Amino acid sequence: MPFIMVKHINKTFKVPIKASGIIGTIKSFFNRKYKYIKAINDISFSIKKGEIVGYIGPNGAGKSTTIKILSGILVPDSGEVKIDRLIPYKDRKKYVQEIGVVFGQRSQLWWDIPAIDSFNLLKEIYKIPDNEYQKTKDELIELLNLKDILNIPVRQLSLGNRMKCEIAASLLHKPKILFLDEPTIGLDAVSKKIVREFIKKINKQNNVTVILTTHDMADIEALAKRIILIGKGQILYDGSLSKLKKQYDYLRKITVITKDKVHLQKPYIVEEKTFEEGIEFVIDIRKIEINEFIKLISSKMSIIDIDVDSGNIDELIVKLYEDFKI
Amino acid sequence: MRSYLSYFKLKFITGLQYRAAALAGMSTQLFFGFMYISIYIAFYESGSSNLPMKLDELINYIWITQSFFMLIYAWYKDEEIINMIKNGNIAYELLKPQDLYLMWLHKILGERLSQTILRVLPVILIALILPKPYTLSLKTTLPALTISLIALLLAILLMGVLVTLYHVICMFTLDEKGIIAIIMVAADILSGLVVPIPFFPKYLQNINNFLPFRYISDFPIRLYIGNIPLSEGIISIIVQIVWIIILFALGKILANIAIKKATIQGG
Repeated sequence: MPFIMVKHINKTFKVPIKASGIIGTIKSFFNRKYKYIKAINDISFSIKKGEIVGYIGPNGAGKSTTIKILSGILVPDSGEVKIDRLIPYKDRKKYVQEIGVVFGQRSQLWWDIPAIDSFNLLKEIYKIPDNEYQKTKDELIELLNLKDILNIPVRQLSLGNRMKCEIAASLLHKPKILFLDEPTIGLDAVSKKIVREFIKKINKQNNVTVILTTHDMADIEALAKRIILIGKGQILYDGSLSKLKKQYDYLRKITVITKDKVHLQKPYIVEEKTFEEGIEFVIDIRKIEINEFIKLISSKMSIIDIDVDSGNIDELIVKLYEDFKI
Repeated sequence: MRSYLSYFKLKFITGLQYRAAALAGMSTQLFFGFMYISIYIAFYESGSSNLPMKLDELINYIWITQSFFMLIYAWYKDEEIINMIKNGNIAYELLKPQDLYLMWLHKILGERLSQTILRVLPVILIALILPKPYTLSLKTTLPALTISLIALLLAILLMGVLVTLYHVICMFTLDEKGIIAIIMVAADILSGLVVPIPFFPKYLQNINNFLPFRYISDFPIRLYIGNIPLSEGIISIIVQIVWIIILFALGKILANIAIKKATIQGG
């Protein structure tokens, strides 16, 4: 049986509709109307121990809802979830001992006191033995470079430093699974890099299974070999990132600065635009390799400068969303 | 157990940090005590007969109510818990390997005790050195002291389970205003914080004996000042225990239902 098994889960939310304005408010006071939003529609997947999985999709696709079900704080309407032989929302108290969760937009640290005090409180909450706590804490301080920020009240920390503390806090009890819901949201490039490298490290060293949602495709490229794409509550793609790239990321824009005026018109050229300084080609790399193409054009014209746009994963995702109409 | 006590400890320590708030609160309590007593003195001097409490009893009652005010008013709301329900941070609360109800009970008790501890002693000390007739007298007997201390401890627990209960109810309503307003009107009057219970009409007193509110403040304090005989006190202690059990069970059951039906606000 797989480590994490999700079978046909569904979740619908009942949302009150309120008309705007005074009259609307009074009306809905007496006659409240609801609409039902299907946040998750028959989702199934399984994940092996030690995997890093990127869970992606546009806003409102159901990512956070899935994470909340997997972490035991929401109950699905139907379907089955089994993680490490436990049912998260049934064995909640026992199950949450084994997982760590970071919600990028929330904080579990006490706002007014230094992070180290929150850590000590978590030690009591998770009943971590003294020596084990000391060891894990020292390791995390070392890995995330927390030494100088642990004694500052959390409200005075920068977002990046706070996020490092949040991640450390979620790992004090040595969880087997780490759920990260947009862990790099709002972080600068340096902090993002630190967070990514750290996630990689603990995945490798401690064999922690990581499930990560993000809108930052660089996170996915750096971390996840496997991605699950979800839209309107349904799984649209489940597989490796490289395969997805092959399938969707096949166009390259090549800009050539040249004084020669040439028209190529070949089947592998999707677009050809001539402008003052040169020519812009969009080619299909499934039909011709880039170096072949460059060889060809260098034989046809004298190249002053050349720029190959290496394909942007963000654009790939936009294309993907368009394809699936989500 | 220790893992719950840690909340109590943390709330207690952070609560003690707010010295200015404690000072401001203390002066509020002194002001209200002074004002109430002045009104009652005027009332008593106007020669009304058949008054249910002796003036010196009443003055002691007012000072003790005021010094324990932060602990005994029933419409208390824990901002942290309420905000957590509204903005969805309750998600993190549910990720703790603990019972949500017990967690909140300890947080609420810790917070309220920390707010109280900084006020009780100064208010009592100042009230003790005030000139007559405003002065507070702590004269009591050992049996009365023992039994009223037991009653006070139970009263704190009763307050805790009552307050936790309506915080749990907020998980269903997702807002605290309605429920706090109801509790505020009902509890403030029925617990004797506005007008002491002996001044109530007899029928209202009889009804009130079957409600939990007066067992939080009115009963232990009047027991201490000698306005309620000890023999009656024993019976009321049993009523306190029964209410604690009822409200505790109700809160816990509702909390379990709420967790199953929880919607976590925000993405």
